Amino acid sequence: MGDFDFGVILNNLPFLWQGLQLSLWLTFLAVLGGIALGTLLALARLSGIKPLAFLAAAYVNLIRSVPLILVIFWFYFLVPLALGRPIGGFYSALIAFVMFEAAYYSEIMRAGIQSVRTGQVHAGQATGLSYWQIQRYIVLPQAFRNMIPILVTQGIILFQDTSLVFVVSLRDLMTASSIVARTEGRLVEMYLFAALVYFVICFAGSLFVRRLQTRMAT
Amino acid sequence: MNYNWNWSVLWEPEYLGWLLSGLGWTVSVALCAWGIAMVVGALVGVGRTLPSRLVSTLCTAYVELFRNVPLLVQMFIWYFAVPEMLPEEAGRWMKREMPQPEFVTAVVALGLYTASRVAEQVRAGIEAVPTGLKSAATAQGMGVAQVYRYVLLPISFRLIVPPMTSEFLTVFKNSSLALTIGLLELTAQSQQIAEYTFQSFEAYTAATVIYVLIALCATIVMTLVERYTRIPGYVGKGN
Repeated sequence: MGDFDFGVILNNLPFLWQGLQLSLWLTFLAVLGGIALGTLLALARLSGIKPLAFLAAAYVNLIRSVPLILVIFWFYFLVPLALGRPIGGFYSALIAFVMFEAAYYSEIMRAGIQSVRTGQVHAGQATGLSYWQIQRYIVLPQAFRNMIPILVTQGIILFQDTSLVFVVSLRDLMTASSIVARTEGRLVEMYLFAALVYFVICFAGSLFVRRLQTRMAT
Repeated sequence: MNYNWNWSVLWEPEYLGWLLSGLGWTVSVALCAWGIAMVVGALVGVGRTLPSRLVSTLCTAYVELFRNVPLLVQMFIWYFAVPEMLPEEAGRWMKREMPQPEFVTAVVALGLYTASRVAEQVRAGIEAVPTGLKSAATAQGMGVAQVYRYVLLPISFRLIVPPMTSEFLTVFKNSSLALTIGLLELTAQSQQIAEYTFQSFEAYTAATVIYVLIALCATIVMTLVERYTRIPGYVGKGN
């Protein structure tokens, strides 16, 4: 423990920074895609159209009972097969994350939509708005607002989850740290450094969520 | 789509054996880790609500530390970094002589990680007990230990059973991370079958179905526990 080598971290900083950028970029795109698809799934479940609601519920429950690693393996295999050509590790991983996180975001959005009082929907109907207009102008804006802290928390979880692209050797922060750890023979330094970076980002994120919650409570 | 279906591959004794042994490891890792998580999580969760500043700060630090570092990183630290950081003798024992090193490491890492999530549920449960009960108990002359033993814990442990169901399901899914340190659990076995036979679709379907069955069984068990531990008159509060 006495010979902790900071040099190995400094020397490889550009490589690790590239890894972190991939992690953040993947998180950002997956959050956007996950919320979009998740909202559609939530609307489908609450649509009142039985087959549609059933399919959406089946999808959400299926995905939620399977580990993320297995979902990543699934899409690494399925995406090139369905498209007929390989599209690269990053996009396969991105599709896997969007499909996986959408199930979790849909549960959050479902709660958010249900938190909007039905009187508001009735008022919208009474003024002659269509279903989509009511969702677009009345329900969804309030649902998003009410759920912002939980959506951000799920984003932090998603950021931690992106470390799992390690299993398909995509070079995010985790994989980059592990490559340096092995080639330089510095396991302790690199894994503790990776832990520190993840901790700082996630802890800052959770403090931000706490501030949002106190501001929304008042 | 160009794919040669061959579902019979799943019934070949060799591959079926791999799946079953994978299932065995998945269930063992998850249940052992759950045991650690319940014990440590209950202690840390109670610790966060204690009047002692030192204890509650330490317990809060535990939760923040374990919750804000990805499980995969924690798994690697326990497996690769901890043996190097320990005194030489202990490190050598962990690397060379510890029985089933992948299994033990996975259980410890997953258990301590899940404990931080369980602790949050325990704390929420204790805080959900109406403060009047605690005041009443104190007014009766009970000490802190008695208040917890006779009032707070019996109520809060029953209140948190419904939210614990989802943590229980999560522990089975998270046990798949053990494959990163070389434990051949269910997900790893299905990937290995996919690599050996090129029947990825069949292999992943098998693993998916087994995970869904695990989730169903776990949900049934937890529903029974919920029914048994529900506090009459408190119904609906925990949901």
